[in-house]
Amino acid sequence: MRKTHGGLMLGACIAALSAATVAQQAAAQQAEPKRGGTVFVHMNTEQGVLNPALRASTGVYQITGRFMEPLIDKTYDGYVGVLATEWSSSEDGKAITFKLRDGVRWHDGEAFSCDDVAFSAMELWKPLLNYSSTLQANLESVDCPDPLTAVFNYSEPMPLDLIVAAMPDLGHPVPRHLYEGTDILKNPHNQAPVGTGPFKFQEYERGQYIIGVRNDDYWRGPEYPYLDRVIWRFIPDKAAGAAALEAGELHESGFNGISMADLERLGKDPRFDMGTQGFENNVAHSTVEFNLRNPILADLKVRQAIYHGLDLDFAINTIMRGFAKPGHGPIPSVGGANYTDDVPVYEYDVEKAKALLDEAGYPVGPDGIRFKLRHRPAPWGEYTQLWGEYFAQAMKEIGIQVDLVTNDAPGFLNGVYRDHDFDTANGWHQFRSDPAVSTTVWLRSGAPVGTAWSNQFGYESAEMDGLIDAAAEELDPAKRADLYHQIQRLAMTDLPVIFAIEHPFVGITNKKLINHHNTPRWDSSSWYDLWIDE
Amino acid sequence: MSLLLYLLRRLLQALPVILLIIVGSFLLIKLAPGDTVDALVGDMGGADPAFVARLRQEYGLDQPVLVQLWRYLVKLAQLDLGWSYVYEQPVTQVLASRLWVTLLLMLGALSSAFVVGVALGAFAARRAYSAADNIISTLGLVFYAMPSFFLALLLVLLFSVKLNWLPVGGIRDIGAFHTGWRLWLDIATHLLMPTLALSLIYLAFYMRLMRTSVLEVMDLDFVRTARAKGAGSSRLMFHHIMRNALLPVITLLGLQISTVLGGSVVIETIFSLPGLGQLAYTSVVKRDLNTLMGIIFLCSIIVVVVNILTDLVYAWLDPRIELK
Repeated sequence: MRKTHGGLMLGACIAALSAATVAQQAAAQQAEPKRGGTVFVHMNTEQGVLNPALRASTGVYQITGRFMEPLIDKTYDGYVGVLATEWSSSEDGKAITFKLRDGVRWHDGEAFSCDDVAFSAMELWKPLLNYSSTLQANLESVDCPDPLTAVFNYSEPMPLDLIVAAMPDLGHPVPRHLYEGTDILKNPHNQAPVGTGPFKFQEYERGQYIIGVRNDDYWRGPEYPYLDRVIWRFIPDKAAGAAALEAGELHESGFNGISMADLERLGKDPRFDMGTQGFENNVAHSTVEFNLRNPILADLKVRQAIYHGLDLDFAINTIMRGFAKPGHGPIPSVGGANYTDDVPVYEYDVEKAKALLDEAGYPVGPDGIRFKLRHRPAPWGEYTQLWGEYFAQAMKEIGIQVDLVTNDAPGFLNGVYRDHDFDTANGWHQFRSDPAVSTTVWLRSGAPVGTAWSNQFGYESAEMDGLIDAAAEELDPAKRADLYHQIQRLAMTDLPVIFAIEHPFVGITNKKLINHHNTPRWDSSSWYDLWIDE
Repeated sequence: MSLLLYLLRRLLQALPVILLIIVGSFLLIKLAPGDTVDALVGDMGGADPAFVARLRQEYGLDQPVLVQLWRYLVKLAQLDLGWSYVYEQPVTQVLASRLWVTLLLMLGALSSAFVVGVALGAFAARRAYSAADNIISTLGLVFYAMPSFFLALLLVLLFSVKLNWLPVGGIRDIGAFHTGWRLWLDIATHLLMPTLALSLIYLAFYMRLMRTSVLEVMDLDFVRTARAKGAGSSRLMFHHIMRNALLPVITLLGLQISTVLGGSVVIETIFSLPGLGQLAYTSVVKRDLNTLMGIIFLCSIIVVVVNILTDLVYAWLDPRIELK
């Protein structure tokens, strides 16, 4: 009970903090924006490919978001058109029409038109872009009845909700005139992007920095963007990143770029805004994943017992410092209509866990142990490493010995997804706006062995597969949502994986920046209205 | 002439060594689970099987290991280090952009450590067990025992965060666009702390070794003879003792110069210096085989060359040693 209290208080404290942030921002917004200045952004890892139409990952968007714009973006007021202005679906759902924005020019001066969209969709989004190739598998052609209208033709019905939700991440056109007739994967513009965004790419010095400069010909008008330059600095060491923020050499670090301890410490410094605002679209689950090929774990009672043995409030408050909440299955609470909390839950109850294990036929042995598990914690950073260690401790309480097998990223992905050489694993599953983009593939059977973030559990359920397939083609939003609610309930009943905790990323920003984190995917967006008060 | 023949023979002998190193490291890296595509997919948060298969084919990773090795060796024989799929650049370009940073850092740190360490060590030995010796030896022990990352972070905390005198990291001030001598001054300020942090640790090595070595030589017969002949104390120190005491120190210097290209992973990481050490580390994590092999190839060449140079310096310092 005491712990729950602590959680509530911390939650209230965070709410108060973010209210203060919003108030401050509102006050600043009334001030007249200043033109000019350079913003320095922290990056942990290098990006070899700077083309969001070839690599769907936040590390890429964090940079290319300034240069290249999607057809549609997500704001706190819902989906708004960027390069598209309107979208609609035909009656049978097999044709999706986008009206494109007039008067947009690429950074090299050429006009943006439907030709670019059609080329990008057929040559990049469908065959080459991760996740998008599944989404666009049924895309047959893109017609351009006029230069500002693009019609996507599908062989099977495509829900409009799904394609719209996917567009902010998976809908970046590239300039056709620079890519057509070239080897797309080796095109030099993959490292020197040409887009339509408020900033133009200038220079990429590997291992050091990327410089973007103001686009004077931006379609939103000559007043935008306010900044002269955006510079990204690659600082892999988290402690060094924190020191650079503190010394004023960096203005922003997103996606947990520095350690939670430093985020908490600098968050108390009046010079910084710290929190999850602006990351709502990038919610991930910390998970516990079972290998159902292990006869012990194939027993549902054992999996339920493990769920009951996890003190989620404790983990949320110590590992994520309160910036998280318990999960309710594969779809996080930011999933909109497709999310439901009407699912079976497994509250923290050590006695119940022990009773379930006894019932399943695994009594405590003479050494105090019921059975052993080989556990692989994913190396995706601070949360996954600590969550793996917590899991091992929590299991000890209910008599399960967990041996941790640590490895780097290639080792983990091979061990878990290809070789299935694990009993349990813990990792990280990111939600990408709509469950059909990358969530349901995790629960559906039939993916080739070795595919990362596909069904590594050995979970096969005809009911689950049927629900997933039906939802992917359901056009009626209400029926679609209902199917996803059923999927969540089934996942929480069968428990091939525990979606234990959901958390957005945490970021830290120098308060000199005004209009920061004002959209739910701000670090991936264009920053046309960002300005610096100095 | 005999020197030239000697060099030629040593270089020829080195060829099979380098080949062995290349083949051995290639196979060793291949033993690690997963490849660069796995690392990339981990970075991206997943990809579908077709995407992964296409990348493997593109990178030539769908071939058997021996075929990959043969292809690599054929390219290497033409002095082509290949393409880095992580940086999407030729490996030579990746290495060249990092090489000078590491060379500046390591040579700066090593040479200052060598000069100061040898001087302090000789000084301490001459006044063995005095107060000055005790202070020098204690400080040496402290730097020797202090982990480099800790020392580096302490320096950052003091000089960058609290005093705001020196930049936190990087090799130059990116937003300032300096040119000419201002650029070099800027680079020097950025390298000051990392060089200091690194050289204090090396310094401790040289000092301790030099002190012991001088103490040992001081008691030898030829020193007593020289003193009996009436050699002054400074001539005795510089001409007779130090020259002989330097031999083990040169060995250490040779060993450490061989590792120069490896850089210092810890120091480069903390100060975000784009050097070879940091590059090697990320190349392992990302399984960037070509880049890693390029670094290993460069390092093996340096080791061979420095070994030969060390032998030459031995012969110069001590005429009793013959080059064979």
